Amino acid sequence: MQIYLPIAEVSVNAFLLLGLGGLVGVLSGMFGVGGGFLMTPLLFFIGIPPAVAVATEANQIVASSFSGVLAHFRRKTVDLRMGTVLLVGGLVGAALGVYVFNYLKAQGQVDLLVKLCYVVFLGIIGGMMFFESLNAIRNTRKGKAPKRKKHNWIHGLPFKMRFRTSGLYISVIPPVIVGVCVGILAAIMGVGGGFIMVPAMIYLLGMPTKVVVGTSLFQIIFVTAFTTMLHATTNFTVDIVLAVLLLVGGVIGAQIGTQIGTRMKAEQLRILLAMMVLAVCFKLALDLLIEPSELYSIGAGGH
Amino acid sequence: MLRLALILLFVLTLPLRAEEVVLGLSQDEVSINTTFDGSEILLFGAIKRETEIPEDELGVVVAIAGPSQTLDVRRKERRLGIWVNVDTVEVDAAPSFYSVSTSGPWSGILSEVEDLRHKISIPRAIRSVGAPSTVEDAQSFTDAIIRIREANGSYVVQEGGVQLTEQTLFQTSVKLPSNLTEGDYTTRIFLTRGGKVVSQYETTIDVRKVGLERWLYTLSRENAMLYGLMSLAIAIAAGWGASAAFRLLRHG
Repeated sequence: MQIYLPIAEVSVNAFLLLGLGGLVGVLSGMFGVGGGFLMTPLLFFIGIPPAVAVATEANQIVASSFSGVLAHFRRKTVDLRMGTVLLVGGLVGAALGVYVFNYLKAQGQVDLLVKLCYVVFLGIIGGMMFFESLNAIRNTRKGKAPKRKKHNWIHGLPFKMRFRTSGLYISVIPPVIVGVCVGILAAIMGVGGGFIMVPAMIYLLGMPTKVVVGTSLFQIIFVTAFTTMLHATTNFTVDIVLAVLLLVGGVIGAQIGTQIGTRMKAEQLRILLAMMVLAVCFKLALDLLIEPSELYSIGAGGH
Repeated sequence: MLRLALILLFVLTLPLRAEEVVLGLSQDEVSINTTFDGSEILLFGAIKRETEIPEDELGVVVAIAGPSQTLDVRRKERRLGIWVNVDTVEVDAAPSFYSVSTSGPWSGILSEVEDLRHKISIPRAIRSVGAPSTVEDAQSFTDAIIRIREANGSYVVQEGGVQLTEQTLFQTSVKLPSNLTEGDYTTRIFLTRGGKVVSQYETTIDVRKVGLERWLYTLSRENAMLYGLMSLAIAIAAGWGASAAFRLLRHG
């Protein structure tokens, strides 16, 4: 069944969108990530204009994160204080990100920026996760317990604050910086940034793993909501019909994914996710490196 | 067929004048609703005339043009190993959709001069005034628009797409693609003899988003704040709903 998207101004198969939403939902439920980093490139592939894909994906992440954070609130695994600090940074970052996005859109370089961001970040995160989980699998075979650094340079910074839920007493500077970076990425790439924030919270801030996902989701809701509003009011690129189709598939898929995820080992899951991330990265990198069959592209003029 | 017959009757009973077009459209309005997946318009008509049929061969050209847009056409070049948009040419006016059908081969039907005057063929329908001096081959950017849009079905040329019967009745059908922009679609019909335009007829087909599509589009432009808040409300409601529904499923 074809559906005409009012903002994207293209007609796409509704079941394809539901399926895509469902598929990414399953993966995000399995691996505990928002799935925006997979969905946005997939939307590019099926011909949604990049600007619409990025803005609409931000709106869809609001839905999936809200759905997820409710479960974490019930389990009391959300550090509201840390979430708020990250959020302050996130909002600043999102505003900066939308500003950069609009500037580059006028320059005709927005597609390049979005794709470059994807290649770089997917490459780094995918690579890191791949080797980290490979090591973890080797270590469990040898019977070693994984080590975690407890003290680093971060604990020497000023403006310390106590985060009770996380059991931390650290400076607010690193969380604010992490927030700003994630906010910028959310605005430019149309992702929640969970796949960057989660490792940063564990490895940089030293937060306990059990509160990381909930706290990250909590702040992602606000940052992506803010991004959605900015895109909707400045670029008019949020396609509500597209968002609804994606999120219906997404929330159902996520629940199925969670069920599959509980039956698999953590390291196996991580290595699968890493390979998937690297595959997306590889495809996008090829597009940038190989001579395109059509060198010209058409964009709306008159700025 | 009945309509054709009626037109013919109409034509024959009228006092005779110069060659003129009498046109019928299967629809003069295209509504883009949620399930819109392209449309096909049937154009049919007749030629009324006061004199004997002249000796020169008669040609019919039907051109439908979507609303004009200003476009930025960009060309990629390899910089530092990756393909980057480098040159940009602004094209002042290019129709979002253009379809031209003729009753025979181009060369026999329309002369270069007449094409230039009436801007009928696709390259003539695109207006590009100035390219920045840094870009040498500005024409290649116009060619690119035509190439890309012919590939995705936005620009169509149908040589011999108009069926002409007894130099009096003609009909053609035009497919409108699913990625249609709304606006007034100018429909022009030209009668030519020996490459010269002898008569011209113009009408518009109204392409409009309707219903939900219309409402959402207007809201997103005119009340962006409300539209954004509505998108968020839907997202939060869906997120909450899914969470609640699956909790019920698990516990109940």
